[in-house]
Amino acid sequence: MTAQTVQQGDLVTVIGLEVHVQLETNTKIFCGCPTEPTEEPNENVCPVCLGLPGALPVLNEAAVESAVKIGKAIDADIPEETRFHRKNYYYPDLPKNFQITQYDEPICQHGELEISVEGQRRSVTIERAHLEEDPGSLQHVGGGGGIDSAEYTLVNYNRAGVPLMEIVTAPDFRSPAEVRAFLAELEEVLEYLGVFDAGRDGSLRVDANLSMISAEEADEDGTIGLEALEAANRTEVKNISSHKGAEKALVYEETRQKNAIQRGRAIEQETRHWDESRGITVSMRSKEEEKDYRYFEEADLPPLRVAGWKAEIAIPELPSARRERFQAEYDLSDEAASKLTSTKQVADFYEDVALEYDPDLAATWVADELLGELNYRDMEITDVEGRLEDVHRLVELVAEDEITAKNAKEVVLREMLDDGSDPDAVVEAAGLGKTGEDEVQQAVVEAIEENPDAVADHEAGEGGAINFLVGQVMQKTGGSADPGDVNQLLRAELE
Amino acid sequence: MSDDAVNPEEVRHVAGLARIDLEDSEVDRFAEQFADILAAFETLDEVPEVDRDADLANVMRPDEEHDCLETDRALENAPESEDGYFKGPNVS
Repeated sequence: MTAQTVQQGDLVTVIGLEVHVQLETNTKIFCGCPTEPTEEPNENVCPVCLGLPGALPVLNEAAVESAVKIGKAIDADIPEETRFHRKNYYYPDLPKNFQITQYDEPICQHGELEISVEGQRRSVTIERAHLEEDPGSLQHVGGGGGIDSAEYTLVNYNRAGVPLMEIVTAPDFRSPAEVRAFLAELEEVLEYLGVFDAGRDGSLRVDANLSMISAEEADEDGTIGLEALEAANRTEVKNISSHKGAEKALVYEETRQKNAIQRGRAIEQETRHWDESRGITVSMRSKEEEKDYRYFEEADLPPLRVAGWKAEIAIPELPSARRERFQAEYDLSDEAASKLTSTKQVADFYEDVALEYDPDLAATWVADELLGELNYRDMEITDVEGRLEDVHRLVELVAEDEITAKNAKEVVLREMLDDGSDPDAVVEAAGLGKTGEDEVQQAVVEAIEENPDAVADHEAGEGGAINFLVGQVMQKTGGSADPGDVNQLLRAELE
Repeated sequence: MSDDAVNPEEVRHVAGLARIDLEDSEVDRFAEQFADILAAFETLDEVPEVDRDADLANVMRPDEEHDCLETDRALENAPESEDGYFKGPNVS
C-alpha cells in the first residue's frame, strides 16, 4: 500500500480467519473414546459424546497441553482462569443440542504469527484461540444427494467430541495469497509442535470473512479503521479445507464482490459455502446470530487454571526461528533454508547430516536430491523414516569421495527408494566404487592414443576437444571417474 | 410479569431456530406459555447466592482410551437407524 496513489473507486480486500485445527490426541476432548477414524459409523461413541442424560464430560489433559503449546508458539497470553461454555443450536451434528466451547474466556488471547509474503515479513494478529469439541458428520441421502433435496439424513458421531482448537485472527489479511501463506505457516508451526497432522482428513477447516473497503479508508501503512470495517458488509465463506483451497475460494469471492460493487450492487452480509468441485461460493440460508446461541457457562466443567503450564511445558524451536538459524549457522540461501525447515523431520535430518559433513553438501543432498526424489514418488520424509540411516550413509559415501555425486543420485538413491536396497550393496553390485587412479590414468593414455584428431584439435586451441576426450575417459571407466580429475589428468598428459 | 413479556415474533424466531413449524394459533398459545415459564424462573431470585468452590479447578483426565458403547447399544434409543447410522429427516 505504500506510495501508491489511491484512485477513487479503488478497493482494498480485507480478510479475517477462523481456523479450526484438530488436535492430535489419542482420545476425545471430554471422554475416552478414540479419535482414530474407523470404517464403521458410531463405533467410537459413549454416553458422553452421544449426549446421553447424566453423562459427565471430563477434560482431556493432553488437549489442554496442546492448547498451551499453541499459545506459547503464537506468543499468546494464557489467562489465570479460563472456562468452557455451551453454545446452543439445533442441528443433529451435535446430539446434546449444544457444543461445548469457550466463549469469553478462551485459553489463548492476543497472540501473533509472523508470515512471509513475497519476501516481506508481516505479523498477523491472533485475537484468540480456544478449545472446543468437533461435531459429528452428516450424510444427506437420496433426492440427488444435495443438501436441500435430500430425503433423509444419516448421522455418525465418531467425530463428535474430537478436540479442536479454533484460532481467530484479526482482519489483517489484504489478499488471498496472504491467507495461503498464513495457513501454510500455521500448519508448519502446529506440526513442529506435534499437536497436528496436516495429512489427516478434515484436520484443517477454515471460515473466512471477506469484505471490500474503499482504498480511501486505508492509512498509508494499510491499516483500516474499525468504523470502516464495521460499516462494510462482509461475507463469511465456509467449507474451506486446505491452504490452497482457501486461496482459490477467496480469489473467487473477492472477484465476485468487486464485480457486484462495480455494477453498483450492494454486498449482502451473508454466509456462503465454498463448493470446491465447482470452484464457486454459493449463498447459504441465513443462520443464527450470535445472541441466538445463548452462550452460558458449562457447569459440568470446573474452570481451568493453567497459566503456569506455559513455563512448564517446553516447545521445540519453531520453523521461522530455525530457518533464520540455518541461514546464519550453515550459510544457506533463504530458499534452501525454507525447504530444509518445511517439516521438523526434514530439519532434524538435515542438521544430523550437516553436523558431520559439509553443510552445503548436506543441503544439496537433503533439499534437492532426497526431497526431489521423494516428491517425484509422491512420498514424504515420514515415509522413509526408517531409511534415513541409509541416506546418511549415502551422503557419507559422496562426502568421502567413494562414489560420484551423479551415481549416488541417479543410481544408488533411486534404487534405495524403489527397491529398498542398502547403499553399500548397490555400490558393490553396480561396481560404482570410484575407479582407482591407475585405472583412470590408463584410460587417459588410451583415449589420447585412440583419438589423434581430437588431440590435434586441442593443440590447435579448440576448447571443445578436451571435453570430447573427457567423455571418452568417462565411457572407459563406466562413469565412475571424477570428470574434474579426468580433465586435469588429460591436460597434464597432453602438455 | 406483564402479559407481553414474550411477543409472537419472538416465539416465531425461537421456533425457526429449533426448526419447528407453528400455526398462528399455536404461536399465541406458546407466547403465553413462554411467559409463564419465564415467570417461574423468577423463583430462582429467592435462592440465596453461593460462591462456587474456589478450589475446584483443573479437573482433567489422562489421555487414555476407555471402552466405547457397542454400536447396537448406541443406536438402541434412536427412533430410526440405518447401517449403523442414526437416521433422521432431511436437515439443511
